[in-house]
Amino acid sequence: MNYDLLIPGQLLGALTPDLILMGGAMLLMLAAAWRPESEGHQRTVGFGALIVLGITFLSVLWFGAKGGTAGPGVIAMDRFRWAADIIFLLAAMGTIALGIEHNVRDGIRYAESHVLVLFATSGMMIMAAARDLMILFIGLELMSIAVYVLVGINRRSERSAEAALKYFLLGAFATGFLLYGIALVYGATGSTNITVIGERIFSYQLHHNAMLMVGIGLLLVGFGFKVAAVPFHMWAPDVYEGAPTPITAFMASAVKAAAFAAFFRVWIDAFNLVDFAWFAPLWWVAAFTMIVGNVVALSQRNIKRMLAYSSIAHSGYLLLAVLAGSRLGSAAFLFYLLAYTFATFGAFAVVATVSRAGEQGLNIADYDGLWLTRPWLAAGMAACMLALLGFPIFGGVGFFAKWYLLQAALTTQYNLIPLAVLLVLTSVVSAGYYLGVIRAMFMKPRPEDAVEIAATGKLTRVVLGVTIAAILGLGIFPSRLVRLTRSSVPTPPVAALVPQGTTSVR
Amino acid sequence: MSNQFYPLFYSFHFYLFGLMALASSLMFVTRKSPVAAAMWLVATMFALAALYIMLDAQFVGVMQVLVYAGAIMVVFLFVVMLLNLGSPADLNDMRGKWGRLLAGFVGLALVAELMALTKSPLDLRLVLPAATDVPPTGGVIASIAAPMFKEYLLAFELTSVLLLAAIMGAVVLAKKTDAR
Repeated sequence: MNYDLLIPGQLLGALTPDLILMGGAMLLMLAAAWRPESEGHQRTVGFGALIVLGITFLSVLWFGAKGGTAGPGVIAMDRFRWAADIIFLLAAMGTIALGIEHNVRDGIRYAESHVLVLFATSGMMIMAAARDLMILFIGLELMSIAVYVLVGINRRSERSAEAALKYFLLGAFATGFLLYGIALVYGATGSTNITVIGERIFSYQLHHNAMLMVGIGLLLVGFGFKVAAVPFHMWAPDVYEGAPTPITAFMASAVKAAAFAAFFRVWIDAFNLVDFAWFAPLWWVAAFTMIVGNVVALSQRNIKRMLAYSSIAHSGYLLLAVLAGSRLGSAAFLFYLLAYTFATFGAFAVVATVSRAGEQGLNIADYDGLWLTRPWLAAGMAACMLALLGFPIFGGVGFFAKWYLLQAALTTQYNLIPLAVLLVLTSVVSAGYYLGVIRAMFMKPRPEDAVEIAATGKLTRVVLGVTIAAILGLGIFPSRLVRLTRSSVPTPPVAALVPQGTTSVR
Repeated sequence: MSNQFYPLFYSFHFYLFGLMALASSLMFVTRKSPVAAAMWLVATMFALAALYIMLDAQFVGVMQVLVYAGAIMVVFLFVVMLLNLGSPADLNDMRGKWGRLLAGFVGLALVAELMALTKSPLDLRLVLPAATDVPPTGGVIASIAAPMFKEYLLAFELTSVLLLAAIMGAVVLAKKTDAR
């Protein structure tokens, strides 16, 4: 709070990566408008966006390597922020790499599509850093508005337009809930600063304050929409199906990761210090999200819809980490998000290759016998499916992600054992659809009338190669990543806000 | 005005304007004619402005009238008027003898109150007593400007990035495309 952005040193110290990304996005916006739209220009701007993201990535790594400090006031400087930023930036790079080639194929010539990805990413980075609900909200809107447009960027597709409108209307509705929640929390505590809110709830004994309860409930609804938790998940399958495939991958990984990162920080810093009435509802939301996501995914025939329901199910798993809320929970949360981002991107890279212009070739039946014609694609898809399933060894990092999640859930002071059991049970259910894709690819014959799949683009190959290498590599050597995530915990600016032992035991 | 009646006087007006805001926004969403709806929205804006002023946020109140009730609503009405609306008689919301009587009564009541407030020898200011230690104009605007450019500078600047992204998105979506 004793934080003055008018001092350049403090500004640069806290926001260098964000400023690089925003500045780069603005420059590229000018570059995008500089020439008439064409395929070549779209590609050039796309590569420019990759360079901007690369520089931002390096600066984030540099800040992360310096180690985490609490940071001044409303901007957190902890390793949690940098770790989350790395996930967003990796996902954004994947999106643009896939997007350049996908745009060419679908005839999308707007160079602005890449710039919007950059703006969305900068919004996410703000969300991960924000320790103030107002700044968090603006970051969320920056991300959401850019993504609304990205979903509808394919102007020739009616599905895309429908998805964009649906996402926009429901997103605006969720925004209303979130904002109203913020207002009520401010009304109850007199602050929008997450740390101060936590402090005041404790010192003023606001645990049963009705206004605060309603406010937190509305905040949960708002975040629930963004992470597509049941019962606020209705938009996800339609929007994931209608959006261009790279954007679907972006939404399933980075947008979800950002919403979760912000949710995590708010929940831990502001609301976790005390015995809360909202713990039980969130518990049930997590349970239903796991069940509904996995069970409904079983009956999907369209691969994008299936992955959408699978992503809802993964939201349920991640809610477990939020509920655990401990140091281990934070580590498991970041580990899971990273593993999930890689697996999702690999899967969507294959989906983007197998599909054809005009949203064709998206049924699971189109994957029949893929192994016979395109063995590498099939192998890559299989690795991603196994990673999403959390299969040992072949699923690589996915297995460890679920393992650490369970560990975090079982070592917390709260009673999360039923949810941990549910996680294992629903994971078994999820084998039904993940292995279904693998069965289609490896054990069914390629139909006679199957359309030939276009050659995999260079950038798509790179994305697929990197994700598969990461999934398998980190699956063999997870310990280093575990150590990194263990050190990446949200740090409130005032150390030891509450004396030890005062956190209530449920 | 004695201090004893002041809270009553204050809360009476607070609830009056609150009710007006609620009632006119209800009317706003239930009217069939777009022009009548827009006029009810203007009424809502005015009632809200009155509430802001009573809450000692004079600047916000004035802005509410100037920007929302003034500029934005005029543009709104202008667009609405360009559409084909049918005969002017249908636009009128206050129909019949009783409707006109009610409108006249409300108008007269407002004029009477205005007279009472300006001509009365009593100190009938509708502001919270605590605000007296702040200089009337400088304090109000400075108290908005200082946090906006100090504590909330980051939020302020981020909003501009947000607007930029929104404008670019709107342009991209509104661009002409070649035929399907």
